[in-house]
Amino acid sequence: MVTPRRIVVGAHYGLGSWLAQRITAVIMALYTLVLLVAFMSGRPMDYGGWRQLFQNGWMRVATLLFAVSLAWHAWVGVRDIVMDYIKPDGLRLGLQVVTIVVLFSYVGWTVQVLWR
Amino acid sequence: MSTAAAKRARPKYLHLSAILFEIRLPVPGFVSILHRVSGALLFFPFVAWLLYLLDTSLASEQGFARVHDYLRLPIVKLGLIVFIWAYAHHLCAGVRFLLLDLNKGVELAPARRSAGAVLVVSLALTAYFAWRIW
Repeated sequence: MVTPRRIVVGAHYGLGSWLAQRITAVIMALYTLVLLVAFMSGRPMDYGGWRQLFQNGWMRVATLLFAVSLAWHAWVGVRDIVMDYIKPDGLRLGLQVVTIVVLFSYVGWTVQVLWR
Repeated sequence: MSTAAAKRARPKYLHLSAILFEIRLPVPGFVSILHRVSGALLFFPFVAWLLYLLDTSLASEQGFARVHDYLRLPIVKLGLIVFIWAYAHHLCAGVRFLLLDLNKGVELAPARRSAGAVLVVSLALTAYFAWRIW
């Protein structure tokens, strides 16, 4: 009889994902507050002001941090959804690959918009 | 062991009508599934849509004007309101989950109250911003 010598499933990466999702959530919540303050400050938003807001160094970095957090957070979340509802392996893998491609595209697009 | 109970015919699956009308999800269950639905909606299409709007509005003065006019269309405002609800609900429910992770409000009664608060606050935020943009 073959007895398993080591546990081959459960590398505990679930805990890392769980923690990452929470840390990225806090980052995005803080960015949301900053953006709301910027919007609510009462300045009339014309093109110049809008452009200037996103040309600030700190705003670019904060927005990039937000985009990366969103991608990481959404990866954990969408992966959970796919694992819960999509049972056939091929389809599941395909959807996960599509998710990764979409999220990388979002981050790339954000970089392009911020540093034009 | 009671064999009678074990032999009693059990439903093999649930009718759609049972799922929709007979099983009532508790309020925290609603918050949970809406958190998932809103998260999926934010992933797609809303992030792509907003990135497109940010891109166009920052690219040029004409682009900014185009986005400005586009955002005046009633159908676009409706879409924006759905986005605001999804964002507000996902944020409020997320804060609640973070507090639950820290063992705050895990008893049944406070958990139900906070779930109700999430629904109410996110709808109130949606109503406020809907009023602001309309």
